[in-house]
Amino acid sequence: MTTLMIFIVLVLVGIAIWQMTKIFELTQLKTESGEIANDTDNKNNGYMLFAFLIFIYGITIFSFWKYSKFLLPEAASEHGDEYDYLMLVSFVIIFIVQTITQALLHYFGYKYRGKEGNKALFYADNDRLEFIWTIIPVIVLAGLILWGLYTWTNIMDVNDEDDPLMVELYAQQFNWTARYGGEDNVLGKANVRMIDIDRANVMGLDEGDSYATDDVIVKELHLPVGRKVNFKMRSQDVLHSAYMPHFRAQMNCVPGMTTEFSFVPIKTTEEMRQDAEVVDKVKRTNAIRAQRAANGEDNSDPWEFDYILLCNKICGKSHYNMQMRIIVETQEEYDAWMASQKTFGETMAGTAPSSEEDTVAVAD
Amino acid sequence: MSVTAHAHVDDHAHDEHHHHKETFVTKYIFSQDHKMIAKQYLITGLIMGFIGIAMSLLFRMQLAWPGESFPLFEAVLGKWAPEGVMDADIYLALVTIHGTIMVFFVLTAGLSGTFSNLLIPLQIGARDMASGFLNMLSYWMFFVSSVVMVISLFVEAGPAAAGWTIYPPLSALPMAQPGSGMGMTLWLVSMAIFIASSLLGSLNYIVTVINLRTKGMSMTRLPLTIWAFFVTAIIGVISFPVLLSAALLLIMDRSFGTSFFLSDIFIQGEVLHYQGGSPVLYEHLFWFLGHPEVYIVLLPALGITSEVMSTNARKPIFGYRAMVASILAIAFLSTIVWGHHMFISGMNPFLGSVFTFTTLLIAIPSAVKAFNYITTLWKGNLQLNPAMLFSIGLVSTFITGGLTGIILGDSTLDINVHDTYFVVAHFHLVMGISALYGLFAGVYHWFPKMFEGKMLNKNLGYVHFWVTAICAYGVFFPMHFVGMAGVPRRYYQNTAFPMFDELTDVQVLMTVFAIIAGLAQLVFVYNFISSIFYGKKGPQNPWKSNTLEWTTPQEHIHGNWPGAIPEVHRWAYDYSKVDENGEYIIPGQDFVPQTVPLQEDEEELNH
Repeated sequence: MTTLMIFIVLVLVGIAIWQMTKIFELTQLKTESGEIANDTDNKNNGYMLFAFLIFIYGITIFSFWKYSKFLLPEAASEHGDEYDYLMLVSFVIIFIVQTITQALLHYFGYKYRGKEGNKALFYADNDRLEFIWTIIPVIVLAGLILWGLYTWTNIMDVNDEDDPLMVELYAQQFNWTARYGGEDNVLGKANVRMIDIDRANVMGLDEGDSYATDDVIVKELHLPVGRKVNFKMRSQDVLHSAYMPHFRAQMNCVPGMTTEFSFVPIKTTEEMRQDAEVVDKVKRTNAIRAQRAANGEDNSDPWEFDYILLCNKICGKSHYNMQMRIIVETQEEYDAWMASQKTFGETMAGTAPSSEEDTVAVAD
Repeated sequence: MSVTAHAHVDDHAHDEHHHHKETFVTKYIFSQDHKMIAKQYLITGLIMGFIGIAMSLLFRMQLAWPGESFPLFEAVLGKWAPEGVMDADIYLALVTIHGTIMVFFVLTAGLSGTFSNLLIPLQIGARDMASGFLNMLSYWMFFVSSVVMVISLFVEAGPAAAGWTIYPPLSALPMAQPGSGMGMTLWLVSMAIFIASSLLGSLNYIVTVINLRTKGMSMTRLPLTIWAFFVTAIIGVISFPVLLSAALLLIMDRSFGTSFFLSDIFIQGEVLHYQGGSPVLYEHLFWFLGHPEVYIVLLPALGITSEVMSTNARKPIFGYRAMVASILAIAFLSTIVWGHHMFISGMNPFLGSVFTFTTLLIAIPSAVKAFNYITTLWKGNLQLNPAMLFSIGLVSTFITGGLTGIILGDSTLDINVHDTYFVVAHFHLVMGISALYGLFAGVYHWFPKMFEGKMLNKNLGYVHFWVTAICAYGVFFPMHFVGMAGVPRRYYQNTAFPMFDELTDVQVLMTVFAIIAGLAQLVFVYNFISSIFYGKKGPQNPWKSNTLEWTTPQEHIHGNWPGAIPEVHRWAYDYSKVDENGEYIIPGQDFVPQTVPLQEDEEELNH
């Protein structure tokens, strides 16, 4: 069905192009037939330039009207508010400049379309004008730079103030694992060389490090609301990027080094689910999904909003499906969840330590 | 040096006409004539462009209708589309090769290679490039690299698929991705040859512009095209070698077990021996070229626009000196902004601050250029030829795409839109579409110069422009919103995230526009080929232009001018210049070619 529709669209476009050529040819009938623009061409294309300006405004308005509801909901992290505000201001500036410059460009194209006998103005230079349009961007950009840098420095200042929760995000093709510092809130040493798949030491924790014993390794990230989280990112194979769009947070995971990011989640998953924008989005999405279900298609289960961690750096075949659920909850809920998790030490105790020969055999 | 070179070329050209009969091979294949080499570059570039654009249509279809079966996929992709459903690995390969081809093979070689070769000797008044032989070598190395790149599409495990930036470790480890085997090796070989070709070409352009300018052609009388090509060549010479070193180190890591970019890797149940390298180092090396590359692509397009716009507006380019200063400022800044591609790569945040600063600075000369173009149109007598429309289109997309750069260049704002479709929309508008428009403007404008006076059909040109212009915005404007909704780039499909479900309609819209835009290029292809053979012959100087290339005869001769090389007496932009009585300098003619001496009591202005 879709194939047929594409086919029809393509045929129609073909016809449209053919007809446009004919129209252009017809408008030429009365005049000379050179390949250099004449007054008629200038007139037609001058009007087209004006129409194109309207098209640009049109597609802008259309996109905002139709698509702005698709944008991410309000930020769920403390620094996210500042981020959103800076974004808004930048956008306002951009749209003012865009509207004015596109108008001038296309309106001049229309207004000064050539005509036999018209004389152009020999106007080669004007220092004052050029000074004005150098200095205005300088001032505006200086403001944006300063503001941006101030915010950037604040966001990227990962420190140990306010007793942050220490969490490691561990990336591998094609899934995420999270590790908590545990009781002592300190992440134990780890290195890929200590990975022991047979004994489920998938993150290569140092079994001899006492800080590692109480670490908690999970496949679903739980965060208490209102407490600062310091993330340490690691990757075991290729580059990945831990992207948490709802928190305006992203950092690459680089094999061979630890990267970091920090934020304070300010809205629980439950609160976010009540958010008017999110409620609407879920409603729209589930309507699409219900439609799919009615057509007997896949991917049609109803959806409930969740924060999500995506991989945002090309990492191979299943890059498009490398994700982990994030749940922000109250401290009590978090504590209860944490209490139900096994520590690294407990997991290891359940598996017999492997002998040297076994390890060699595996490596072979 | 320049005098002897002149004399030598003079003699040579002389000989050529009287004694030397060119064979098919020396005239069309291993030609050392810059005009033929320009055509070779253009046609090779266009063929590569056809491949690159076709690939983009394939993956756009996959994005709009994820997992759908298309007989077309099976026909084109073969085993990579079992039962017509595109495979995830080949999707990444298509994205990778599309980027590589468009950036390097079309917009670097096809654009800069074509027009630098065609215009540098013609517009500065030289018989040929400083070294015709190196020039020939440069083209043939480009040709070989194109062939290797195309061959890489057919290797067993598939072509390179790590993204056009080929970040290691993904690109270094065949077990991370099938495309990182033979496909990536060929990609690296192809790029190494390409870089050599580009360096040979660039050195030649620089030497030619410095040494072979005709009498009277001072640097400040150079058309802005030449300024753009000249500075582009310098940026190329500075930055391409760094990419070569990155490629060589990557080859070492891949084949000889070194650890420049690799460390602590556990993959497929095995710890690899690599220790101490850093992928971030690769990113630095790559973007040290990668960012100047944007300007290597864009500056020639802007140079072409300056020339085409001034000629067709029948007005001097506004602010010639500011335009030159902007080109130089952009060139300088372009080499110290690369880090804005790496804000969240794990590099020190302080470095991010520095790069934010330099990046936003580069917006200033760019803004000056845009305003100067707009002022050039003001009170002109605009001849809206297809080349002129493409130039206006370029300014439009340059502004639209450039403005979003203010967001991406801001390290704070980059955090959440980095590597999303917002970036894809931004760079396609500001460098992809803009540079393509520059390429088309150049082709429409100088087609008569390339093909002995024959002209492209203007009505097909208008159809080509308007359909392309509408579709380009149709594809890339909505794409910003997809990015701001958080959709990452290089996702084979977005079905794994219910939060992206409602964006499918936007994807379909973009894909339909992309397909229409692709079809519109067929109009151009038809126009191009049929005009080579059946195009109407125009006058010697069809656009009533001032520059030297239009003083050469329409028939190509080796050495460009049959007689002496013309002498230059003024800058290239004396359009509609009037004396104090308000009469044109040359009565009845609104342009004064560069070869016309200054009239009595005429003031030489602005240079």
